[in-house]
This record gives sequence, C-alpha cells and structure tokens, in this order.
Amino acid sequence: MRAHTNPAEGEDAGIDLSGISPADAREWLARMLLIREFESTAGPLATSGAIPGGMHAATGQEAVAVGITSVLGPEDVAAASHRSHHVALAKGMAPRSVMAELYGKVTGCAGGRGGHMHLADFSVGFDGSNGIVGAGLGIALGAAFAQGYRGDGHCAAGFFGDGGANTGRTWEFVNLAAAWKLPLIVVCENNGYAVETPVNAAMAGESVAARASGFGLPSVQVDGQDVAALHRAAAEAAQRARAGEGPTFIEALTYRHLGHDIGERGQYRTTEEVEWWQTNRDPIARMRAALEKSGDLDEAGFHELAAAATARVKDAVEYAESSPLPDPATVADNVTAVPLKIRGAQ
Amino acid sequence: MTTVASKRTTLSRAYRDGLAEEMGRDDSIVVLGTDLYERGGHWAQVTNLGQQFGRDRVRNSPISEAAMVAAGVGGAMNGLRPVVDLNFLDFAFGAMDEIVNQAAKVRYWWGRPVPLVVRGTTGFAGGGAQHNNPIESWFCHVPGLLMAYPSTPWDAKGLIKTALRGEDPVIFAMHKMQTGARGEAGGPDDLVPFGQAVIRRPGRDVTIVSYSVMVGKALAAADRLAADGIEAEVIDLRTLMPLDLDLVEESVRRTRTLVVAAEDYRHGGVGAEIAAAMQESLFGELDAPVLRIGAPFAPVPHSPVLLDALTPGADDVERLARQAVKTAAGGRRP
Repeated sequence: MRAHTNPAEGEDAGIDLSGISPADAREWLARMLLIREFESTAGPLATSGAIPGGMHAATGQEAVAVGITSVLGPEDVAAASHRSHHVALAKGMAPRSVMAELYGKVTGCAGGRGGHMHLADFSVGFDGSNGIVGAGLGIALGAAFAQGYRGDGHCAAGFFGDGGANTGRTWEFVNLAAAWKLPLIVVCENNGYAVETPVNAAMAGESVAARASGFGLPSVQVDGQDVAALHRAAAEAAQRARAGEGPTFIEALTYRHLGHDIGERGQYRTTEEVEWWQTNRDPIARMRAALEKSGDLDEAGFHELAAAATARVKDAVEYAESSPLPDPATVADNVTAVPLKIRGAQ
Repeated sequence: MTTVASKRTTLSRAYRDGLAEEMGRDDSIVVLGTDLYERGGHWAQVTNLGQQFGRDRVRNSPISEAAMVAAGVGGAMNGLRPVVDLNFLDFAFGAMDEIVNQAAKVRYWWGRPVPLVVRGTTGFAGGGAQHNNPIESWFCHVPGLLMAYPSTPWDAKGLIKTALRGEDPVIFAMHKMQTGARGEAGGPDDLVPFGQAVIRRPGRDVTIVSYSVMVGKALAAADRLAADGIEAEVIDLRTLMPLDLDLVEESVRRTRTLVVAAEDYRHGGVGAEIAAAMQESLFGELDAPVLRIGAPFAPVPHSPVLLDALTPGADDVERLARQAVKTAAGGRRP
C-alpha cells in the first residue's frame, strides 16, 4: 500500500458545499471547533497529570466524526476506537460528562471507572469508545444486528483505524455484516500510522477500501478532511442501511496532527509532513474557507462559533474539577446484577 | 421446587426445552452459531428449534467466533438477548476479547445490562487437546461474567431459563459426557437461581464439593464409602460464579472434613479457591487438611489410556475421602 504522506498534494483543497444547507454546514463547523477545543484543552491537562492515564487526541480527524454522524439520529448507534473523543462529542455526548470521565470523577459517563477510552452515552446512541483495536466495530456490528432483527430502520456506524484494518476480527465483522445484510456503516479512519508504523510498511494491497470490496459490499475512499464529502458518503451508506440493503465500507483518508498519545515524541514522521497537513488539509480551516467563500460565514460569525466552543469546554473543565471523586468503597460495586458473594474483598 | 410438569429427559434436551420455552415468551431471544438450524448443534442442544422459530431467530453463522460473540455483545447492549452457541467451549478462544474485554466490562463502566449467553460443551472426552480444554476456571477469574455448569437436566433447564431473564453475561457450560444424562426436568416456571449450591446426598463424616460430571462420580464414591459406614455429604455447586461458599461452609462446619472434586486441573482452579476460603474461615474447626481432586497438569491426550490417566474418577474421590476421614479420626481430640 502506498505511503500516506501528503497524498493530496497539488490537489484543490476546496470543499464542495453544493446541496448542503448553510445552517448544516455551520453546525458541522461548530462541532469540529468544539472537538478541537476540547482536545486542545484536555491534552495539556493530561500531560500535567490533572487528567490521569494519558489520552489519545483525534486532533486533525474531526471531520470524519462529524461528517459520518451528521446522518445519524439518537436512535442510530456509533461505536469507536481508543481515539474517539471526536466521535463521542459529534454523536452528542455532553462535554461535561466526557471531561469528568477523563478526570476520573464520579460525574463522568462511567463514574470514573472507564477513562478516556471508555466513553459512552446510550441516550445519544454512543455505544462506547474502546481500548482494543478493532473492537468498537464489533459493538456496532451487534447494534446493527439488533436493529436489523427488529427492522426498525435504524443503523449503526463502527469506527476503527488503519491499525484496526490489520486485525482479523475486523474482517470477521465486515463479512458477517455483509453476509447478513446488516444496517452497518463501517468507517476506517486511515490516518496513515498505527501508533508509529506507517501503512505502507504494514499493509499489503492497494487500499483498505479495495481490501473491503472483496467482501461484497460497496466500498469507497473519501477525503477524510472534507466534512461535506464524508457527509455525502455517509448519507448514501445510511440510506442503504435503512432500506435493508446492507452495510457500506468507507475509508476516510485523514491525518492526526498530534502523536499517538499525548506527550509522544516520535521520530517516525517529519515536521514538514505534519505541517503540510496542518496547513493545507486542516478540516476546520477548509470548512471555514468554504463557508466564507460562499458568503455564509464572516469573520465575526466564525469567532462566535469558536467562542461558544471555548465556553463549553471551559464549563466542562470547571464541572469536572469541582465534581467529587468516586468513593473508594464502591470499587467492587455493580460488577454484575446478580450478587457475587465474593469473600475477602477487603 | 414444583414437579407437576416434570418428566424424564436428557441434559441436552432439557436445555433445549428451557431455551424454547423462553424463546416462546420473549422474542428478543436469538440463537446464533454454526450448524444450528438444520443440524440442531453438535450436541443436539437446539434440535428442531430452527423449524420451530425460523431462520431469523436460529441463525447459522460463519465460523467466526469473534464476530458471533461481538454481534451478541452489541446486540445485548441494544435490546436483544442473544445466545451465542459455540458448540465447543474451546472455540471461545477465538472470541476471548469479546467475552473478557467487552461483555464483562460494560456493566461496570456504564451500568448497561448485557444479557448475553455464551453456551459451549466442554469437559474431558475423546478428540484430543484442542476440543477438551477445561476452561471453566478462566471465566471465573473475570469480574463481570457468570458461569453455569449444571450436572442434571433439571438444572440445565432451570439455569438457562434464569440466564435468559437476567442482565448479566453468562458462560453456560455443559459436559460432553453428560449430553445424554437422564433425569427429571422442571416445568415452565421452575427456574434455578445462580449462586445456590445444593446437597445431593446428606452425610455427617466428610463433605465432597463437586460440580458437573464430578457430581455423579462423587455420588458413586459416596455409595462405596457408605458400605464401610462412612457417610459423605455431596454438594453440587451448579454455578461456579457466583460460587456458593456459604453452603459449603455450613456443611463443613458439620462434617469438619472437606474434599473438593473437580475435573479441572487441580492447579490454580476454582477448587483451589474453595480450599483456600474454607481454611480461612474454618481453620480451627477442620479435622483434616482440605484435599483436592483434579486433573494432572497436562494437555488432554488422545490415547484412551492416557486420557483415562488424566481424568479424575470415582476411585480418586473415594481414595481421598477415605484419606481425609482417616486423618480426621486420627487427629480428633477427645
């Protein structure tokens, strides 16, 4: 597989907004700004230790989450990877609940029991990020199994990375979804690197999308830094899913601006490469430029959206910091519904 | 327990009947696995369920254990009650992440029920090392999973019914050598609770704790011991998680002597936990060291002679029970 370095160099960076309402486009921009602000704030907090356990930032990949989830309602499900603040927030999770979970507070979405790789809110249809590579797709597969069994017209989206595209389970999931025509949207966020291993060193074949097409489902490769393109691909996939026509595979070519984990000092990619993506293919800058070009956003309007994101994240941090820690005496509570009567717990 | 609707049946059939009854009252129950619809599973555990409930509810799946269990976990988080039938419990190795890292954690993180059953046939039999692994203790070491391992048709039926009305992921094990084990089974309302062991034979001299296929061997040993005036009390655990240590403790307080009989490897299994828990609670009241019967620490061999050497039998139970009783008699203070 060819290297992921600057594949779009020389191509037009413009975003085609035809057929998309300015209100929708502004809303997507607002969501991307919220995600960017959230991670830009949480990252240093994780480095300083205020947030325990580190974190994986999706900075640079916001358009994938926002574009795909733009076609999903709260009854539709998304499940994602170890790097999925962006999917959680795009699917509608409250920044307070997510930030408090990062802090390990009892008000977090998992009561401080999960951490940043175990975010979920079933009321908005986010069935969890996942610390195991490829496993989030399996949860989405199961959600689609339930939706398909009921025939309720809902669908599920499962996210994983190029690393996940090299696990066997991913292809078991894709095959089962295709064989059973489940209402699943399979989303590979190909950011070019599985931790520090570039795709061209680890993956045979032409592309992830080409590999997927062998499983007998429609498979497309999309510019992962173009929220409108992702929206269109997802809309088609969701329509197929809801109509009972089965799953669709979307490979989104994207890029993470930061390291695999916060604080990483990797030598595996050049500063020039990172800066090229930040400068030329930043999903937020591109969307802003497209909206300004179409006359649907001015500078003041942009700053209004940015300020709203800043305020929500500031509120989330204050909420998390002022929330209580979990009671240590509850550490073995609610492991199962049936009481386990384990002895010698203390 | 009511016995109005009880009848003689086999363990596999009783399991199937329990599953069918629950499928009849709850259409969120879906069974998936290989060779289920036509074949009825490799152990006749779902015979005719396909014809009764249709292909939507009894689904033949590809040989993709990770996908089957993942579909089960995600389905259970979204309103289904999936029964993933692995045929051989050994095949759980291909889905261990889905069981251990997904199903078992969801409630702890988010309070979300995961009403999933993963059923598999297990226990020593012919067929070699990869189809006969004793892995019940593995699952008992994972917080978040329940583990049922019935020894009678009554319990197989009653426990699957309870599992299908609960909220927890359940590993449901059935022993190969007991597929055709005969006995009574209960009616539609005869549920067997998890975490409640039962005394199969009362006795005053020694407590023998067992489960699954070893219950029958312990009862056979107890018959022989009785011929010599030794009255063994035989306990069937029925579920290994929860583990009913309270009943074991109550019994050992009376007999002051304990033998743990499992087919599992003796080293590091559930039997070791029982022994440790009892010496913690009853050190001063035990008249003999707790003795354990279990398999030697080796993969399951093919040659019947070797397999026999690996498999704990009634003779082993009898021998260790005699040894424990002898020690107790010798050491008992006046």
